[in-house]
Amino acid sequence: MSEPTHDNTNLLNTMKAACRDTLRCMQCGVCSGSCPSGRHMAINIRRLVKKAARTVDVLKDEQLWMCTTCYNCQERCPRNIDIVEAVFSLRSIAVHEGIMLPEHGRVSGLLIRHGHAVPIDDERKKQRTELGLDEIPLTVQSCPEGLEEVRTLLKSCGFDRLTGDRDKSNAKTETA
Amino acid sequence: MRGLSLFLGCVIPNRYPGIEMATKLCLAKMDIDCVELKGASCCPAPGLFRSFDRTAWLALAARNIVLSEELGRDILTVCNGCYSTLADANRIMKDDKALREQVNRHLAGIGREFKGSIEIRHIIEYLHRELGPQGIGKHVERPLDIRAAVHYGCHLLKPSRERGLGSFERPEFFDELIESLGATSIDYPDKTECCGAGGGVRSALKEDSLRLAQHKLSRIKEAGVDCIVNACPFCHMQFDLGQEEIRRITGIEYNIPVLHYTQLLGLALGFTPDMLGINLNVIKNNTFVQRIENGQ
Ligand code: SF4
Ligand code: SF4
Repeated sequence: MSEPTHDNTNLLNTMKAACRDTLRCMQCGVCSGSCPSGRHMAINIRRLVKKAARTVDVLKDEQLWMCTTCYNCQERCPRNIDIVEAVFSLRSIAVHEGIMLPEHGRVSGLLIRHGHAVPIDDERKKQRTELGLDEIPLTVQSCPEGLEEVRTLLKSCGFDRLTGDRDKSNAKTETA
Repeated sequence: MRGLSLFLGCVIPNRYPGIEMATKLCLAKMDIDCVELKGASCCPAPGLFRSFDRTAWLALAARNIVLSEELGRDILTVCNGCYSTLADANRIMKDDKALREQVNRHLAGIGREFKGSIEIRHIIEYLHRELGPQGIGKHVERPLDIRAAVHYGCHLLKPSRERGLGSFERPEFFDELIESLGATSIDYPDKTECCGAGGGVRSALKEDSLRLAQHKLSRIKEAGVDCIVNACPFCHMQFDLGQEEIRRITGIEYNIPVLHYTQLLGLALGFTPDMLGINLNVIKNNTFVQRIENGQ
């Protein structure tokens, strides 16, 4: 566990506020027993929930990004803990601390540039025409004012700063 | 009942346009009142952007919802991810006044306002509730004598408290829609399990995510089916493109055709595999296509 510093105390309080109901956890393990990611990856959601209530180290834990948000754990938790909500909150706190997987930074850039996390490519333009669809879908991709609105909103929420201009050296997580 | 606006999202129009075509053909043929939601963006993807920043996630979702509010139409999604984001964001903003006001301050910057006047629908949920298996059956021109492995996908069912579609442990409504086309929905172990793509896992930890897909594919292969039928283009991609990615990593070939329900429905309504873009998948399975074209 990290030495408690003033910064860490604030961060831990933010985490505790965001994941209040994880404090009700009785460590029964129903969540980790139900977790498909846990069968194929290192994530142990029971331990992650426990860790979240105690230390800011959880924010750097790679396991935090192995959850597919399938909701099995949350559906079955006998203490009715909104586990997936806690995962979302912890991830978001991590991202606000500058911790983000490189590929996630890249996809965020695509959203800002195209209004889509998965933008159109040439092969699909051709396929669309052959199918009889508009070459460019009638989404923001064919609507410049719409794309401008998306960018204005993302800027107004500070999303560009969050995912764009970060120090690349922070964009790492530790393996547990 | 309000009319619908079709929300495309990202993966359907930009990676699997066959699903877009199938959806449009089926809606028109079944006389369902639906217009395209023009100018919409990424929903934005729940596993990614909901994880990064809740306000930005809500604001972008709100803009998409407002576009449809302005048309006085409910949104029809054809993707579990889009459904998850738009249905959850819509509910969160309807329930939480303070949050709604916060999001509306951002929306004011683009001259829009979230009112909370519409609902978000998923095509599977919509077809089952509004037409029902019998109503669908009436439209069938070409009954499909095939064995299908249904994959519900997580966010169609869960969180079950919010979705209200019954038990997530043993759901039946999607199986019923498949059987209404003459097909048989085959039971297989871990049927409701995750494909592995969601939560940003496929994008950042692809090999890990493919292990979940491979687990399901091997269960499905053992069950012996003609195709996998899904309700979500992201699960679709994970199973279709994923089979090729798994082959490259492990050498194992599954060669199972993957269809979005709208494509299966399209076949039953009499459209050809070409019109529905089934041949645009990575996994081409000529035996399956020929069987359909030759009327089995
Ligand atoms: S199922 Fe709920 S109570 Fe049991 S260990 Fe997991 S989070 Fe804790
Ligand atoms: S939501 Fe995440 S942690 Fe919970 S069971 Fe699914 S993959 Fe595991």
